[in-house]
Amino acid sequence: MTKIKLTSNVPDGPLAEKWTKHKNNIKLVSPNNKRKYRIIVVGTGLAGASAAASLAELGYNVDTFCIQDSARRAHSIAAQGGINAAKNYQNDGDSVWRLFYDTIKGGDYRSREANVYRLAENSNHIIDQAVAQGVPFGRDYGGLLDNRSFGGAQVSRTFYSRGQTGQQLLLGAYQAMMKQVHHGKIKNHVRQEMLDLVVVDGVAKGIITRDLVSGEIQKWAADAVVLATGGYGNVFYLSTNAKNSNVTAAWRCHKRGALFANPSFVQIHPTCIPVSGDYQSKLTLMSESLRNDGRVWVPRNKDDKRKPNDIPEEDRYYYLEERYPSFGNLVPRDVASRNAKHVTDEGLGVGETGLAVYLDFRDAIKRDGEDTIRARYGNLFAMYENITDDNPYEVPMRIFPAVHYTMGGLWVDYNLMSNIPGLFVAGEANFSDHGANRLGASALMQGLSDGYFIIPYTVGNYLADVTPHDVSTAHEAFDTTAKEATAQLDKLLAVQGEKTIIEYHRELGKIMWDQVGISRDQEGLETALSKIRALREDFWKNVRVPGKTNYYNKYLEFANRVADFFELAELMALDALDRKESCGCHLRDEYQTEEGEALRNDKEYSYVSAWEFEGLNGSLQTALHKEKLDFEFVELKQRSYK
Amino acid sequence: MSLMTIHLRIWRQEHKDAKGQFENYTLDKVNEHMSFLEMLDVLNEELMKEGKDPVEFDYDCREGICGSCNMVINGRAHGPKHKTAACQLHMRNYKDGDTIVIEPPRASAFPVIKDLVVDRSAFDRIIEAGGYISVNTGAAPEANLLPVEQETANEAFDYATCIGCGACVAACPNSSASLFTGAKLAHLNSLPQGQPERDLRSIAMVEQMQKEGFGDCSNFAECEAVCPVGISISAIAQMRRDYLKAVVRN
Repeated sequence: MTKIKLTSNVPDGPLAEKWTKHKNNIKLVSPNNKRKYRIIVVGTGLAGASAAASLAELGYNVDTFCIQDSARRAHSIAAQGGINAAKNYQNDGDSVWRLFYDTIKGGDYRSREANVYRLAENSNHIIDQAVAQGVPFGRDYGGLLDNRSFGGAQVSRTFYSRGQTGQQLLLGAYQAMMKQVHHGKIKNHVRQEMLDLVVVDGVAKGIITRDLVSGEIQKWAADAVVLATGGYGNVFYLSTNAKNSNVTAAWRCHKRGALFANPSFVQIHPTCIPVSGDYQSKLTLMSESLRNDGRVWVPRNKDDKRKPNDIPEEDRYYYLEERYPSFGNLVPRDVASRNAKHVTDEGLGVGETGLAVYLDFRDAIKRDGEDTIRARYGNLFAMYENITDDNPYEVPMRIFPAVHYTMGGLWVDYNLMSNIPGLFVAGEANFSDHGANRLGASALMQGLSDGYFIIPYTVGNYLADVTPHDVSTAHEAFDTTAKEATAQLDKLLAVQGEKTIIEYHRELGKIMWDQVGISRDQEGLETALSKIRALREDFWKNVRVPGKTNYYNKYLEFANRVADFFELAELMALDALDRKESCGCHLRDEYQTEEGEALRNDKEYSYVSAWEFEGLNGSLQTALHKEKLDFEFVELKQRSYK
Repeated sequence: MSLMTIHLRIWRQEHKDAKGQFENYTLDKVNEHMSFLEMLDVLNEELMKEGKDPVEFDYDCREGICGSCNMVINGRAHGPKHKTAACQLHMRNYKDGDTIVIEPPRASAFPVIKDLVVDRSAFDRIIEAGGYISVNTGAAPEANLLPVEQETANEAFDYATCIGCGACVAACPNSSASLFTGAKLAHLNSLPQGQPERDLRSIAMVEQMQKEGFGDCSNFAECEAVCPVGISISAIAQMRRDYLKAVVRN
């Protein structure tokens, strides 16, 4: 283990003044010097696009990279429900403090107070920024902004654009970014995948990419690198992530020395369309906003084979409403998912597989009329009907939990800089703000808070002490790193085995879902570890990757990403094994309250686990560093949504 | 659940300058609940096991929102189902023994990269030319200072839902990008925030569209018919008005 001192760099002072004070104290780069610096931004989702646009507006030269054919297609586009902000337009008692408190409580007290408070502070600016860009949020009859409710909160603070909030916010950020492309401040590189980070004397100085059309390996030097490459939910094979979402860029940074924090913290979203067959390639989310009006239930009696509409009220078990009377159907995601698992484990599940529960709009339609429900959720209902061939206006939806979001990610300090100087990490790719569970409508908030309102300050603070262009791609580190990236691709193509990449990925995903999923225990995690190692070894002996490196070859891209998922998977299981407590999404069967809720152990586990890569030799060699979480301003409590 | 035999005729083209051709494939045991792209995944698994090159096609979210997929299925962009992207199309729309022809969108502004994958960067350049409201980060006023009539906001939203897939171009006999460009203009030009740059935006985007080699609109309305999110062709009418007014005023 190397001597890494984890310093959060959280400023002193009262919680509400920390960020303001920090902004007043950090170093600035003068306007005529900004144009001397070059910054690389990898990923063009909400965090990447907003960071790139804001940095370019300040005068820095920015290179953006994305794997899609256009920056607009990053997976933030698929976020449905909304974005939180503490505007208190509803006069229902909301405030920055309450948004902060709900978020840190929702995360089961496993995140940094100061980061979360700053997120809540920035939330209001995000709404202002988006509205000014022309993001068409839902409005009331008076033309003012409307809100809806989301899980884990007792106020209505979620701003939305029907069921396409992520799309509208991303297009706002993308358009701001494209304006800077037009002005020559951003060079936008599409269909380019980051394969490695170039570190010179311990400092991030550039990246290696593969041009996905020509296959060419390219070198890019910069004064700072901002990684905004999203989460790693696709390690489970089936998830709500886009098919191309992957961990490769983050994982390669990890292998170059960046610590990976809380890798086992994975959000399993309670409302997704259930799996229907082996050929299934992904899972589709049904927005949490549906729980505003939909009621979750299962038949009260096992083997009740009646059609849902034929089951009378007394035989319906509205388990969330019964178990959690004050939050009801709007409990946080981890609680809703766990309860869905409980009732299906008890044999009360519905549908062909028994792995589903009902989400029923009958009462809402009776109360508000079909037109009102259509106006709120029309596109979601259409999507559901398209996939399942059932009409949710007439029969209840069938839903089941699915992997959705990863709270874990690369470790960053208060400035969103990793332990490698010059490498910043934003959005879902970092571990920063959601602790052990993310509340709904908080991912868009965090991505944009990082990109619009934090990175532009903190990157400047870092660059103030950096000589511009002190390293070019002529430095030998670029050559060495590029050769290593190429070697892995060649190695993959050389195997020429019998099994396809998808077969391996699906098997890996099954191990992860069964043993590193909704609930975990020591025995299962140990089994998972040996299975992952064995399957990884087999992968490198028997995978078949088609074609060559020097042209468009999507399955080669996949193979390279699956190879990294195999390594990450082991780290996730190790992290889950280390944390001998339950918290948020991380439910260890051994540690539960009498009521089956997550039982934290604050005395021993109130820390961020930050793992250091030390090598791979049959098994992953890794060292655990702990960042202790201190709570000065909130009192740690057992979460209760009763 | 029923299983079907499906015959496929798919456009194969090695690279941009290669001569392409259709190849025939047959799949047995296609499950009706499969999505169209999952059916192609299964084909590719079989091809790779036989040591052949898989069919390349663009996709990402598979939820109909990212706009990556844009293949032309039996002559229709995104296939037979109204207001449905190819990734949201399911095999229950086909029957046992059907033959399905799959090809890339054909337009000179969208050159083929490989098989069904095309280069749509022309769309990015149209947005780059003026598809935004200029407001630097931090310069925005309090959001509720500017009420927007609900009807206006809803209309802007309807145009803003364009996913940028390019089906409109593929379906148009002139390969026009008018629906794509018109949708972005209608979104931004109808909002009060979009007024200061309205003329500049209208001229810049329309002229960029022409520069990219897209054809003119002759009111065939094929674009509206295939649009997976149902963007109305009235966007094009508004674009023409806005462009003409802008040219006259400037």
